[in-house]
Amino acid sequence: MSADGRAGHHWFDDEAGPVVRPYAMTRGRTSHAAQHRLDLIAVVVTEPHADDPDADHALSPEHVEIVERCRDTPQTVAELAADLDLPVGVVRVLVGDLVDEEYVHVSRPVPPAELPDESILRDVINGLRAL
Amino acid sequence: MIFGRSERGKPPVEPVTLKILVAGGFGVGKTTLVGAVSEIRPLRTEELLTEAGRPVDDLSGVEGKRTTTVAMDFGRITLREDLVLYLFGTPGQERFWFMWDELSEGALGAVVLADTRRLEDCFAAVDYFERRSIPFLVGVNCFEDAARYPAEDVRQALDLDAGVPVVLCDARDRESVKEVLVGVVRHAMSRTAAARHRTVAT
Repeated sequence: MSADGRAGHHWFDDEAGPVVRPYAMTRGRTSHAAQHRLDLIAVVVTEPHADDPDADHALSPEHVEIVERCRDTPQTVAELAADLDLPVGVVRVLVGDLVDEEYVHVSRPVPPAELPDESILRDVINGLRAL
Repeated sequence: MIFGRSERGKPPVEPVTLKILVAGGFGVGKTTLVGAVSEIRPLRTEELLTEAGRPVDDLSGVEGKRTTTVAMDFGRITLREDLVLYLFGTPGQERFWFMWDELSEGALGAVVLADTRRLEDCFAAVDYFERRSIPFLVGVNCFEDAARYPAEDVRQALDLDAGVPVVLCDARDRESVKEVLVGVVRHAMSRTAAARHRTVAT
């Protein structure tokens, strides 16, 4: 920074990318203690009692958006990231906050090796054939 | 927004979600394959990489750039209201391999898409899934101007285990891609069945 206070004007240009860096939304946090690496296909479901997230001033607009989007149709982490145009890492932190505050819960995908039987895989095959 | 909510009180369906990965070299048709069966236009998620702790990116010429973006295209197939299959195209560049670890965790299986003109482009993906015992199938994308080879030749060229299915396919064609995906699931089923058998036997 120069002392005359003028040269500081155009310190960024288009090449610098967005002026608000994505992780500013998470106040610099890149991970969330409670949520170790949410899977891309983990499903985020809004809790029925999460009526009015807008009134909670601790939540950012992005938090509120996630609560509203997952209310009627649960969404995966990947879908939220694509629809909100946010990096996956940012969505993970925001969802972690919402879980802590009990606005949403997350249902984690069952690894195929832990499926109780083969019936789900048969359903997948039949479903694909029927497309 | 409080008003206008439909069917208040009825909890939404929480679907079982599964994922299949689509790997292969740059330009081999991964996103085309995803788009051929996805009910949505393939979406893109991005992850920002920072310099710290990441494989070194060649940033010469762009000094000062501290982050780079890795993109993954994905599609969705709702098989039933409560059963949804996601297809993830893996990032092509090898420097993004650490992303593969995350993507492949819990994956049902994978398609390695191959182009016979550049078969070496899929060596890395084959190697990756073999090492981690992730069930995979090789789909040979039959480009119009590429010579056709029997599946057996491709199997030999890639030095695949006998159990790995090799199918010729057209990544643009919905029916063809459906068969590829059915092949992956069947292969995964036979693998888990064999694993169960071993567990019972020992």
